[in-house]
Amino acid sequence: MSQHPISAPSLLDGKILAAAALDAFVKLDPRRLVRNPVIFVTEVVALVVTLVFAKDLATATGTPLFDGQIAAWLWFTVLFANFAEAVAEGRGKAQADALRKTRSDTVAKRLMFDDPDDLAHTVVSSPDLRLDDLVLVEPGDVIPCDGEVVRGVASVDESAITGESAPVIRESGGDRSAVTGGTTVLSDWIVVRITAAPGTTFIDRMIALVEGAERQKTPNELALSILLSGLTLIFLITVVTLWGIAGHSGTIVSVTVLIALLVTLIPTTIGGLLSAIGIAGMDRLIRFNVVATSGRAVEAAGDVDTLLLDKTGTITFGNRMATEFLPVPGVSPQALAEAALIASHADETPEGRSIVALAEGVHGLAEPEGIAGANFVPFTAQTRLSGVDFAGRSIRKGAVDAVMRHLGTSFEAAPSAFRDAVDRIARTGGTPLAVAENGRLIGAIQLKDVVKPGIKERFAELRAMGIRTVMVTGDNPVTAAAIASEAGVDDFIAEATPQDKLAYIRSEQTHGRLIAMCGDGTNDAPALAQADVGVAMQSGTQAAREAGNMVDLDSDPTKLIEVVAIGKQLLMTRGSLTTFSIANDVAKYFAIVPALFVATWPQLNALNVMGLASPESAILSAVIFNALIIVALIPLALKGIAYRPVGAAALLRRNLLVWGVGGLVLPFAGIKAIDAIVAALHLA
Amino acid sequence: MTVFGWLQILFVAALVLATMVPLGRHMARVYAGERTVLSPVVGPLERALLALAGAGARRSQTWLGYTTAMLVFNAAGFALLYALLRLQGVLPLNPRGFDGVEPFLAFNTAISFVTNTNWQAYGGETTLSHFTQMAGLTVQNFLSAATGLALAAVMIRAFALSGTDRVGNFWVDLTRVTLHVLLPLSVGLALVFVACGLPQTLLGSVDATTLEGAKQTIALGPVGSQEAIKLLGTNGGGFFNANAAHPFENPTPITDAVEIWALLAISFALTHTFGRMVGDARQGWALAAVMAIVLGGCLLVAQGIEAGGNPLLTALGVDPSLGNMEGKEVRFGSAASALYAVATTGTSTGSVNSMHESFMPLGGLMPLLLIKLGEVAPGGVGSGLFGMLVIAILTVFIAGLMVGRTPEYLGKKIEAREMKLAMLAQLILPATILGFTAVAAMMPAALASLANAGPHGLTELLYAYASATGNNGSAFAGLAADTPWFDVTLGIAMFLGRFGYVVPVMAIAGSLIGKTRAAASVGTFPTHGPLFVGLVTAVILILGGLQFFPAFALGPIVEHLLIPTGQTF
Repeated sequence: MSQHPISAPSLLDGKILAAAALDAFVKLDPRRLVRNPVIFVTEVVALVVTLVFAKDLATATGTPLFDGQIAAWLWFTVLFANFAEAVAEGRGKAQADALRKTRSDTVAKRLMFDDPDDLAHTVVSSPDLRLDDLVLVEPGDVIPCDGEVVRGVASVDESAITGESAPVIRESGGDRSAVTGGTTVLSDWIVVRITAAPGTTFIDRMIALVEGAERQKTPNELALSILLSGLTLIFLITVVTLWGIAGHSGTIVSVTVLIALLVTLIPTTIGGLLSAIGIAGMDRLIRFNVVATSGRAVEAAGDVDTLLLDKTGTITFGNRMATEFLPVPGVSPQALAEAALIASHADETPEGRSIVALAEGVHGLAEPEGIAGANFVPFTAQTRLSGVDFAGRSIRKGAVDAVMRHLGTSFEAAPSAFRDAVDRIARTGGTPLAVAENGRLIGAIQLKDVVKPGIKERFAELRAMGIRTVMVTGDNPVTAAAIASEAGVDDFIAEATPQDKLAYIRSEQTHGRLIAMCGDGTNDAPALAQADVGVAMQSGTQAAREAGNMVDLDSDPTKLIEVVAIGKQLLMTRGSLTTFSIANDVAKYFAIVPALFVATWPQLNALNVMGLASPESAILSAVIFNALIIVALIPLALKGIAYRPVGAAALLRRNLLVWGVGGLVLPFAGIKAIDAIVAALHLA
Repeated sequence: MTVFGWLQILFVAALVLATMVPLGRHMARVYAGERTVLSPVVGPLERALLALAGAGARRSQTWLGYTTAMLVFNAAGFALLYALLRLQGVLPLNPRGFDGVEPFLAFNTAISFVTNTNWQAYGGETTLSHFTQMAGLTVQNFLSAATGLALAAVMIRAFALSGTDRVGNFWVDLTRVTLHVLLPLSVGLALVFVACGLPQTLLGSVDATTLEGAKQTIALGPVGSQEAIKLLGTNGGGFFNANAAHPFENPTPITDAVEIWALLAISFALTHTFGRMVGDARQGWALAAVMAIVLGGCLLVAQGIEAGGNPLLTALGVDPSLGNMEGKEVRFGSAASALYAVATTGTSTGSVNSMHESFMPLGGLMPLLLIKLGEVAPGGVGSGLFGMLVIAILTVFIAGLMVGRTPEYLGKKIEAREMKLAMLAQLILPATILGFTAVAAMMPAALASLANAGPHGLTELLYAYASATGNNGSAFAGLAADTPWFDVTLGIAMFLGRFGYVVPVMAIAGSLIGKTRAAASVGTFPTHGPLFVGLVTAVILILGGLQFFPAFALGPIVEHLLIPTGQTF
């Protein structure tokens, strides 16, 4: 990971917590709370108990101490849930504020005519810009709005959004034409066609997303809320009917106690933390410098079955590199390396640099004295050779057939060791170069795609998680197969065209698989749009950025893997806390049910397995535990539970043990401990 | 637990296991519309019936079309049965000259048999003519069971098929399961029963003179045939009021074991049908394991408690070695009675060979619990499987997220729509059972029907509404159920428990069948191993248990705790 645009606020950032505490009260507004049915029900019954408490006080009857405490803890339950959401939102807001600072209104030099070649312009304020306006941006100017370069080339400082301080090149045409409002041109000038109306720019959308202003429940969150609402209804039925059922044996159960039972049974823990988990998931992604345009995309990331990865830049370093010198018999590797080094001195291509690096690094050679004055032969499309004439040596290197032609011979006539070497290089996906000195063939250089270190292990991890990796490359099938096996991907698409990618995605999807890919070019756009998770590179074209549902500000295609992990973590956190919440109910029953009926049936005290002090303290302790557990789990909801790249069966076993079994056992201990305190303080 | 108890369990378990795979495979062929071993025999009839219905009636339907057809068919069945009950006085085959059945009772009985509940607010041999029993009740015994099996076919197809909105054809499914499964099995079983001594005659009764010279009227009838479908179809409505405790319905321990097999056979075999049709037999075995664990657990508790005898009677000098024998037949003993009780409530059958009310409090809690857990262990024919699948969907949803993927079962994503419908279905049970019980518990008119006071009386009420809603039909006894209040409310409970549940479940099937089935990988939630079996079991127990625990505490649990004090009800 490179620099963060905004440093992550600590979990215990005082300012955020203070604002959140205030916000928790604002969120008591029932019109807002009704979106969260579990907590809304809690608020309604808290109000009822408060009224009971008021009646106790007014009429000096009943049990004001008990009713008052229950009412207070029910309000705390609601407030804690609100607080959790407010903290999560607060962390987002802190980021949004930082972003907003970059969005101060600027002036724009709007061209007077719709012609990029005519630079006559007037100065307008940036909010007055309209779609398709042309603006001139000169050194030191802030780019007023998202757009596309239509003329010129410039270096642009994009650190405002990416955090990366090194400037990037933006030029018209090609895949580097998109510019983002709020970034600054450092040198040269460009003409930009505005592609986003003011207020809908990339930064505006980012702010809206991190603030949660546009937050809508994601599909899985919605389904989970339905489950939680259903459970709430079921327990409402259980509790309401208990009135009549208990009445059969003459037990009059007080409203307060029934409400206490209801609130401890309904899934307040997950209900209270659900939205915080969702917000925090988006937040984690943003900290990773990836902006998702919807929460749906984050969930989809967790479900991804297949990753489509571009070979170049993701699996291998961007360029082919020299990896080995293979001399003909009678020439030492050292001699070949030296000849290659001299021949490549003036070769500024990445291949040439890599030959120099290999000769100097591995063979310990140094550039000969006086080489700068040598007579260099540059590469031309006709000769397909380059080389040098230096100190009586004439060295040429180039494609094998070109060198053979230069030598006036044929490949078949070359020494068999050389032929074998060339064949082997081609077979393993490399590119052979031939080197000749003074009209004599002296050996071959192996140029190869070098697989990034550690990538094979990452793919193995992905495989353990049940995710297939597919390498996409323009190479021929032989080369592609060789690199695929070296990198350890599960499949590859060779000689891939954008149409091939699209077709592959469609065919995977008809088998019910979810696909993630990343891309930057305009021709990637259809595939990005078709993929379930399409991560566009910030450095890519506007079309690609529009088509994807995430944008990676670092333009680092390997990040797809992290995106998947974040999606999984979000879903796991949700599932684990749901399981925990439901498992908690067992202990709460053993606390409250005996307490409910023990007055009528003293024998039911046998169910009081925790040995709680009194019926009142048992009920109060269960309610207190129920409220405090929300606070205790806020940090977890925000951070997400630990994720390890292992198979589903192992994950399930582990999480079930921690959250399922833990959820069964913990409240027994917790309620017992609270009961001891409550009894010691004579609160009930 | 006695040696005899263990032996009987092993014998029945071995029988069920032995028939599970062949029967399950056979039913998979029936559902798939393939030829079966019975095609040469029933094929012509099947073709004739379907040809009669016309080609249009054979086209595959959407879930809504299928469900509508099912509802229309059952409504017609209800109307017909109601008319039959009311008019039996003028209809033939009425050797003992019974009058038409009273309206409330006829309403209750008609619903009861159409919903596969077979709650009997009447005494069979003293109320119904042979014609009513055969043309009315036995026909509905077949058709309600066939309806359940047809609905299960839809739920299985929801997972086995993809990318279609067609779930099959109700009329075809109904015809095929009746002709290929229920009818042949019933004929075979009826012959076995007759061979074992069950009566099969159209005579009304015989008069006998006892040794003391008293006159006795012994009721007879086509018992063997009705017994067969009553059990195989998990119906439970006995020919006699005493049901399978009556020596003509269940004369020997051998017939007892065969009857218990018949209760369990189809429901367990359906899990194998499911596994086969979704292309992974392990999935079916996992569901069967859940059913067996829940059923086995309840069985062990019930048998253990009943074998222990009644401490209050032991204190008075009664030998406890036979266990608690109150309300049980001496020819079965406490172990076989407990086994029958658990099997009949685990399967939503409701026939009894002993009086559940006379079980010890915790022994009697087990049948009640099995009903309240939703009749899924293994449940009624068809209804048990689709009920279990709804629970599997809930389990996958709750726990599936823990593997970091949005939940899916057998490659089908479980989303908001499925969740909404599943919760709707799950709400029916507590709303109906607890709602009616709570109202009845405070209504003097209803309480007058209770034979017992205190917790035992409450259990009688709870049991009645649970039995009706769960479409079980067994009674805890002690409740005088033939009153307008109970006839009507129990009738509504039966209706809701069947159709209120089934409609959302069919909607789930309709939604799932359109989804693409994703291939399983190491990253997907494994639903065939012991972990999943444990999870589903836990969800059944926790969800079911949590809803009803307070009511149980006030009923059987407190009654149990009161035993040492000598307080009984």
